[in-house]
Amino acid sequence: MAKPTKSPVDARKARKAKTGRRSPLASIALIAIGLVSTGGAYALFTTTASADTTAAHSQLVDDGSKLFAANCATCHGLNLQGTTAGPSLLGVGAASVEFQVATGRMPLAQSGPQAEEKPAQFTTEQIKALYTYVAARAPGPGIPDSSLLQGDGDASAGAELFRINCAMCHNVAGAGGALTEGKFAPALKGVSAQHIYEAMLTGPQNMPVFNNNNISPEDKANIITYLKYLDDTPSVGGLDLGNLGPVSEGLFIWIFGLGAIVAITVWLTAKSN
Amino acid sequence: MTTTDTRTETTAVAPSRGARFTGAAANYIDERTSISGLVKEVGRKIFPDHWSFMLGEVALYSFVVILLSGTFLTFFFHASMTPMEYQGSYLPLKGIEMSSAMSSTLDISFDIRGGLLMRQVHHWAALLFVASIGLHMLRVFFTGAYRKPREINWAIGFVLFILALAEGFTGYSLPDDLLSGNGLRIIDGLIKGLPIVGTWISYLLFGGEFPGTDIVSRLFTLHILLLPAILVAALGVHLLLLIINKHTQFAGPGKTNDNVVGSPIMPVFAAKAGGFFFIVFGVITLIAATVTINPIWTYGPYDPSPVSAGTQPDWYIGFADGALRLVPSGWEFMLGNFTVSMNIIAPVLVLGLFIVVVLIYPFIEAWITGDKREHHIADRPRNAPTRTAIGAAGVTFYAVLWAAASSDLIGTHFHVGIEDVIRTLQVLLILGPIIAFVVTKRICLGLMKKDREIALHGFESGRIVRLPGGEYIEVHEQLSEYERWKLTSFTEYTPLMIRPNAKGKISAAQRVRAGLSSWFFEDRISPVSGTDIERSHDSGH
Repeated sequence: MAKPTKSPVDARKARKAKTGRRSPLASIALIAIGLVSTGGAYALFTTTASADTTAAHSQLVDDGSKLFAANCATCHGLNLQGTTAGPSLLGVGAASVEFQVATGRMPLAQSGPQAEEKPAQFTTEQIKALYTYVAARAPGPGIPDSSLLQGDGDASAGAELFRINCAMCHNVAGAGGALTEGKFAPALKGVSAQHIYEAMLTGPQNMPVFNNNNISPEDKANIITYLKYLDDTPSVGGLDLGNLGPVSEGLFIWIFGLGAIVAITVWLTAKSN
Repeated sequence: MTTTDTRTETTAVAPSRGARFTGAAANYIDERTSISGLVKEVGRKIFPDHWSFMLGEVALYSFVVILLSGTFLTFFFHASMTPMEYQGSYLPLKGIEMSSAMSSTLDISFDIRGGLLMRQVHHWAALLFVASIGLHMLRVFFTGAYRKPREINWAIGFVLFILALAEGFTGYSLPDDLLSGNGLRIIDGLIKGLPIVGTWISYLLFGGEFPGTDIVSRLFTLHILLLPAILVAALGVHLLLLIINKHTQFAGPGKTNDNVVGSPIMPVFAAKAGGFFFIVFGVITLIAATVTINPIWTYGPYDPSPVSAGTQPDWYIGFADGALRLVPSGWEFMLGNFTVSMNIIAPVLVLGLFIVVVLIYPFIEAWITGDKREHHIADRPRNAPTRTAIGAAGVTFYAVLWAAASSDLIGTHFHVGIEDVIRTLQVLLILGPIIAFVVTKRICLGLMKKDREIALHGFESGRIVRLPGGEYIEVHEQLSEYERWKLTSFTEYTPLMIRPNAKGKISAAQRVRAGLSSWFFEDRISPVSGTDIERSHDSGH
């Protein structure tokens, strides 16, 4: 805009008089001030935030400690050291506690071959307090990052890993299977991605641990992708009969198939009599 | 109502155009093939009406459905174990290496129009085929319809059953999916467990170490060529003997050992049978269209390392799997340098014995009873208590083995330990048949007594009458002659007498035979005779 023939001062005056616009430097200064103040405020706020988190964290640990003492310590010991009735929880990590408590397996309803799934006994907030407390006492596997739980990995790689690592107990279609002495691998239909991940990471009940060297976090995400695919995709061939394979198919043909046929033969011969 | 009759009728009335054409066409064919004799012979074959006589038909019709759907599948199936990368529509297997057999089966399921329906029709029809054969055999057994002159047809029918099992197993193994591969591995283990020849046979069958690259194409040849050819031939003989021997019937007024009462093949039975074929086809298609069977896509391709929980064979091989599961542990022992796998050999022997006994049962029973007469009247099961009890024992034995094949699923679904299930079934395998035998025999004898009571004294009418002398009696309603006929017409057997042979000696075999015979017929209720009935009527009730 500025014309080279006029002096800068004249030009400024002229512009001020003509348009009343601010100088470009003012804009830059304004931006600089804005940035500095935002940055400063941000820095200020984040420090307060972390201070808040620490406070919240210690609050959670406190709550968790109380919940633990009231609900878990009888078997796991007041210092998480374990008793004859239950194992030590030192080092099990947040993932393990979250899995056991959020699926209702803990607290145990009764002693038996294995802890069974039931409605969760605590609220999400209480569960968070519990696992924060246990994780605060000794480090262990943490809650998985939500980026691994989206089910957007490679389903066919996950399916192959599932067949090789999981199918011998959970059945190739995830329908579950029997173990020794009344123990069993549960069906995987409808299990949340987080719980699948935590189960692989911590090996609850009779399940082996699949740590990150054994199955990498990406591969765990692939397995979750496959199981999510099974959950979300309706059975292409019609009713799946519980995905139990030939046993349910055999029962079906004897009861419904042959049952229908025999009913028809009785009907046909009854008419002619 | 034969075809010849129809033709003479039509010439009497002025024939319509359609009838003239039928007549001319029939004449044309007859002049060139002389088929009218056969049609007359076969067309006059009479089929009695009873629902249980239609079970064999169900088997026949499912077999036709299997042939039709199987032919469709051969158009698209590649019986080859050449490894390839799957690039079809099913997402969770995309890019996975698998055999051409598995890949083509997935293509049939996902990428060929109507392919999945055809696969499911084929598999469900196969299950129904074997199930209806089983039920048909039970009907023949429990009515004694295998007695002279039908012993040979029983044996042929049993061979058909074994062929059906072989067909089923070879078909189950073709897709080369994880489940069928696991099944083949069990068979491989079973074969290798046989002493001396086992390993040789296994290497011969698989063309080297399991799984090799030949087994699918070999099983395919057996499945679509050799076994069906033998099956169809045996089926032809089975049906031919059925026609020659004529059909059995239940006793009734006018139904004797020397006649057959029912509808002739032409035209009544043929029309009914044709309709029934479509009903069976319809039931199979309905099931196949609504219920999944063998979802190989969830099983994935075969790879020797993964073994899925809940791996089972199709139901008809279940008894063999169950036998393997029921063997107590620790039955292996060393003989010099060789391991003797009694955990394999024992079930093979037991099942082999079971199969042979079922196969030759008609001959065993004929020897024990010494009965050389022809029988065309089907027994009511209660009127042959010992046979019915033997059948019940056999069914129990089979059922326990069958249940054992699903021991893991029984464990998980009823929340009991799998070891407890196995132990219970082990005990039941021995005790169950004995209990079933005793209980069934007593029930049969009880029912016979009740029949006898009813035939003699009629039903209690519930009407109480006071006699002039003050005595109260309940009036019994007598049966009609027709109803009584059904209750009283059966033959009574007595145990064989021991007779010395030509040399005047009683052989050991004779003693065994007499012993078995008295065990067979010791407990018996005589049929009611005419004099019995008269006497009971005279007694005032």
